[in-house]
Amino acid sequence: MTHAAAAPHRTSMGVDSRKMAFWAFIGSECLLFGSLISTYLVYKGKSVVGPYPSQILNIPFTSVSTFDLLMSSLMMVLALAAVRRGDMRWGKIWLLLTALLGLVFLGGQVIEFTEFVHKGLTIGTNLFGCTFFLLTGTHGAHVSVGVLWLLTLWVRALQGKLGPAQAMTVEITGLYWHFVDVVWIVIFTVVYLLQ
Amino acid sequence: MSAQERGAVPREAAGAGGPRHPTVGVYLRVAAALVILTVLEVGVFYVPAFHAVLVPTLVVLSAAKFSLVVMFYMHLRDDSKVFTFLFGAPLFLAAVVLVALLLLFLGTLTLRGAAGTG
Repeated sequence: MTHAAAAPHRTSMGVDSRKMAFWAFIGSECLLFGSLISTYLVYKGKSVVGPYPSQILNIPFTSVSTFDLLMSSLMMVLALAAVRRGDMRWGKIWLLLTALLGLVFLGGQVIEFTEFVHKGLTIGTNLFGCTFFLLTGTHGAHVSVGVLWLLTLWVRALQGKLGPAQAMTVEITGLYWHFVDVVWIVIFTVVYLLQ
Repeated sequence: MSAQERGAVPREAAGAGGPRHPTVGVYLRVAAALVILTVLEVGVFYVPAFHAVLVPTLVVLSAAKFSLVVMFYMHLRDDSKVFTFLFGAPLFLAAVVLVALLLLFLGTLTLRGAAGTG
């Protein structure tokens, strides 16, 4: 982005207004996920009927999903670096790979949820089912939005409408994607490993 | 290999005159650290010897992963402190709410005394 193009987005604090607004949004998302994680922990171990977490959670499977999401974050920063240096060929490749890894994560979540339902755990079965599906489902919805956003950017890149001048757009998309990743880092520990 | 070949972007070309971002090499090292920390997390979960210290160990490992992503991938380490405040303040508030709710529901903190005096 040229300095002239960037100027309309400057705030009196010397930061980009779009980025500042997005960090404020991420702050509000911290409170949303904080409340969902609090709810999960408050009701942890209070289910009176099964299935219970230790009977149903598949750690190896979720570890692969976690690895997948961490790698998607790497692809995202590589996409941003490529776009910033004007290398749109690699920018498009990294953006598409980020979206594809996001889709793989969502596929894993669909498989996990389906397996849980077949084993008798639904959102109405017990407190664990209710808080688990609410927390991981909300996270999955965020991943879905992120994948759509990434694919939109990729299409714009294919159309030649994304370049170094739009690096801030890619950076803000990256902020959202990395936030989704850090939320999963917490969920993986709180829900899956701390049983 | 020069810094620019590795992916470092000069400040003036960095878009919107923003902060200098880490190089591709740094991004790859952070990714390697994240993978190692995840392997440690899962390893600790399966090793019975760690079960006595499972909670603090996992909390520390998870916090390390969280910090790495926020500092290097979300660029908070080099970006404006305004963003650190916009992210850190709600995060702190969420953590306080979490601890307060846990204390309340685990029975350590109770409102019963205050209610009983009325």
